[in-house]
Amino acid sequence: MKLSTAIASCLSGAALLASGWASVANASDCEPLRLGAAISLTGKYATNGIHAKNGYEFAIKKIDEAGGVNIGDKCYNFDVTYYDDESKGDRGATLAERLINQDKIQYMLGPYSSGLTKAIAPVTEKYKIPMVEAEGASRSLFNKGYKYLFAVLSTSEQYLASAVALAAEKAEEAGKDPSSVKIAVAVENDPFSLDIRAGVLEDAAKFGMKAVIDEKLPRDLSDMSAILTKVKLLKPDLLIVSGHSKGAATAVRQIGEMRINVPMIAITHCEAADVTGKFGDTANDILCSTQWAETLSYEDELFGSAANYETEFKSAYPEYGDKKVPYQTAQASAAVYVFADAFERAGTLDKEAVRDAIAATDLQTFYGAIKFSEAGNNIAKPMVLRQIQNGAYNVVAPSKFASHELNWPREAQ
Amino acid sequence: MTALRYLLYAVLLVITVLAPFIFPDFRTQLATLWLMIIVALTWDMTGGQMGYNSLGNIFFYGTGMYVAAVIAIGLVYDVGVYTSASGGGINEFTPVQYFAGIGLGMLGAGLFCAACAIVIGYITFGLRGPYFAIGTLGVAIAAGELVSNWDWVGGGQGITLPVYPADLDEGKLFFYYVFAIIGVVLFIFLKWLYSTRFGAAINAIRDDEEKAEAMGIHTMRYKLTAWALAAFFVGLVGAISAFQLISFEPLETAYQTINLGIFMVVCVLLGGKGTLWGPVVGAILFHLFKEITWNYLLGWQWVALGALIVVTVVYFQDGLMGWLMHRKPGWFGIRIDEGSDGARK
Amino acid sequence: MDQIVSNISLLFEFPVVNLKILIDGLMIGALFALAAYGLALVWGVMNVKNLAQGDFVIAGGYVAWWLAGLGLPPLLGVPAAFIVMWGIGWVCYKLVISRVIERDLFTSLLATFGLAIMIAQILNLLFGSDTQSIKLPYDTIYLADGFIDIPIAKLIGVCMAAVLATGVIIFMKRSRMGQAIRATAQDARAARVMGIDTEKVYAFTFSLNSAICGAAGAIIVMVWLIQPFYGITYAIRSFVIVTAAGLGNLPGVIAAGLGIGALEQYGAHIFGIGYQQAIAVLLLLLVLVIRLIQQRRKRQSLQ
Repeated sequence: MKLSTAIASCLSGAALLASGWASVANASDCEPLRLGAAISLTGKYATNGIHAKNGYEFAIKKIDEAGGVNIGDKCYNFDVTYYDDESKGDRGATLAERLINQDKIQYMLGPYSSGLTKAIAPVTEKYKIPMVEAEGASRSLFNKGYKYLFAVLSTSEQYLASAVALAAEKAEEAGKDPSSVKIAVAVENDPFSLDIRAGVLEDAAKFGMKAVIDEKLPRDLSDMSAILTKVKLLKPDLLIVSGHSKGAATAVRQIGEMRINVPMIAITHCEAADVTGKFGDTANDILCSTQWAETLSYEDELFGSAANYETEFKSAYPEYGDKKVPYQTAQASAAVYVFADAFERAGTLDKEAVRDAIAATDLQTFYGAIKFSEAGNNIAKPMVLRQIQNGAYNVVAPSKFASHELNWPREAQ
Repeated sequence: MTALRYLLYAVLLVITVLAPFIFPDFRTQLATLWLMIIVALTWDMTGGQMGYNSLGNIFFYGTGMYVAAVIAIGLVYDVGVYTSASGGGINEFTPVQYFAGIGLGMLGAGLFCAACAIVIGYITFGLRGPYFAIGTLGVAIAAGELVSNWDWVGGGQGITLPVYPADLDEGKLFFYYVFAIIGVVLFIFLKWLYSTRFGAAINAIRDDEEKAEAMGIHTMRYKLTAWALAAFFVGLVGAISAFQLISFEPLETAYQTINLGIFMVVCVLLGGKGTLWGPVVGAILFHLFKEITWNYLLGWQWVALGALIVVTVVYFQDGLMGWLMHRKPGWFGIRIDEGSDGARK
Repeated sequence: MDQIVSNISLLFEFPVVNLKILIDGLMIGALFALAAYGLALVWGVMNVKNLAQGDFVIAGGYVAWWLAGLGLPPLLGVPAAFIVMWGIGWVCYKLVISRVIERDLFTSLLATFGLAIMIAQILNLLFGSDTQSIKLPYDTIYLADGFIDIPIAKLIGVCMAAVLATGVIIFMKRSRMGQAIRATAQDARAARVMGIDTEKVYAFTFSLNSAICGAAGAIIVMVWLIQPFYGITYAIRSFVIVTAAGLGNLPGVIAAGLGIGALEQYGAHIFGIGYQQAIAVLLLLLVLVIRLIQQRRKRQSLQ
């Protein structure tokens, strides 16, 4: 900072203080508070990287409009330095080093995907830089004893657990034993999806179900017809697919093309891949796991209700007009909110104090409750399962949140 | 002349020791520079000195990483549980466990890679020229793909090792000096090795393998020994890289065929094949080029790199040292009798 | 292990699945064969091992995709890509390849590798890293009780590949230039003595290779997908096929291409789709080892 601007900002700060306006100051008078993020703007995770970045930017704008972040008697606005990690882990780690060393960033927002978070978390941990991340769900992130990593989302094994429970329920209704349910699992070979698989297989084991297909999708996925052929032969009762946006799009497209007929299909990333917009009726009756739904009754002071978040976000980003706002965006906004809350409670820019404040977070937000475990993951918020019913996403499980009945069995469209 | 030479070596050694203090902000980059020097020197053992251009030396780097990580984790935890997607409790390492892991991991990685080189070499050394290059490249790609499907070592999610247990700056110095020591030892070792009968034998293999065989040189034994030595050192630096990077995964970090796997070849070509200083100079030039393009040409860095490879192999195949040797043969103790003393210094 | 056993038993339990795998494999194999034929040509004629082969394929795909986006009928994308890639191949030849022909083989390998990196990254910068495809407005044929699905687009693609391959064969046999190419492949020095401008032959051959690859890419973008970094997949397959079939053996190249397509699909079925790339590479190693054993019998090394 140049001396002149430093003096100017001191003076303006003093002036504000004197007039006692600090708390209601126009946010544009606030000083920038710098955050850093390496995010996938190109490469295989680009779709979701951009969803997350929009979520960050939207929250920053909202906080700005509401008067900025008040730390002690000064107000600040978040200012994020972004780099494109090209969806590659080694690049993400390099950029994190660069943000910390060259750009002197003291606080980080997370990248997109568990894989990238895994590559970056050791770097932030090494430099003791607090990172609040919103897009890394794999449990393998939270068994390393990291002290500076916090995740606002639920861990991946919970994504499709209720689909397994639903399949068991349906089997019982039909007078069959849940252990007779056959499951087919096709997941991408990356930390996030492998943890989805682990969660599904753990739950299936509880019911004594058998995984008749258990395959990994290659990273550069373009064709999963080999797996779907087996699905046709083995006729599982539940098909699980997880592979970020590309996996979701490929699965729904080929399920339609090959006329796959499985009573229950559960996938991740439906909204992010916009499967209803792209594939229309083909997507009907598919179950989609979600971290957040705009129909849920969460709310907070900044964003209002979940539904309000969606409306305001769509008016700020018209390109989401006829799509669902993906939960990837909502949780990114929630991560920024956690930072703002922690800074205000810490009342200082001291890194350690801010870390402790984040660790002590206990927040009700439009995205759900946020409270971190010792390991840094959010343990206060459940996952929900939605079904695409005539092009609309309706919550069907868990029963506490369900607004609609499950359509079962699914018919090939 | 020799006194001058010793002085030069002494100055270089002092620079090596002091470098992280002269450029404290670039400690990680300097450690990476040593990594490049080491892999370039080892590539030149077979590529430059013996005439076997491997594109698969990265196999030993990746394998070194995995072997070291498995040893370090295996000392304390069940590897399969530690690397599983579901996690299984919080896994922490005490400093003693950490350093024991590094030490044993490096040793294990080096030895395992040397053994691999003998087994793989026994098959691939039957291939010549471009087939050897393609075959070894195939081995490296296949290894990466297979490891990425191997659940016990984490499959596609890779492995995350513990963070350096003490102070951050101390950690950076630690990794720098480990790389630097391996590099210096390797350089001295190679300087000695190339002056022995062994060096003459592998050069003979490069120049004409059939004649060398006919002269009674047991070529296969020499080829395997040379590759095993190279693999040992690459395994060592792979192991230490694993701890430095902390988190790595099979396809893009460990068996990074199109990154480091090719970079090492380009370093050698840039500096000059078949010379001792060539790989060192080439690695320094290449590393500078890479750091500069990666920082100032974001997005275009790969295009610049491709262009560098093309230009190097097409126009400067003898590399910087080759060019110097051609222009100033006296510096290298080569005497050309041209009837005048012009060529002598 | 259980998975592998049960996957194999599926093949016997439902024989129709073999048919499905074979059809899929042969269709993709036809495209592999096309790309490999170009490689066999440059390898045989000018002894250049072109690692950028796959990236020419992908570049051709992007040309077709880009033109289709501008309103060109998709099927015309194939000849368009052929022509554009001819030009790009010629430029590559003049700038790079012409300078490595006389050099040792490792040089051509590395130089084309540098080219491959550049092409892939330029495509990434121009078109982004998402997968792209052209959707054709044709139906799908369902056979065997809906079990086998053959999109008509794929059939058209395979037919176009066949037409192109036949065209190239006839050209090589009948035309003046084709004869000159074959003469140069046999003995470049003798050809020069006989008054053939080998420099022109080389430039023509490399451009032709690039154009064939471009056409293959234009077909691929219609029936499968492309992405800037998919090139390596096709490069590896081309090397497997040419190494297995030998040079200048066109029927061999086609047979090897179809065979590898089918083998890969069987491999993906038995071991899982995650092993597809590994299977392709292991096939390459296997082919190298078999050739090596053959050569050892003659007390020669493979070079």
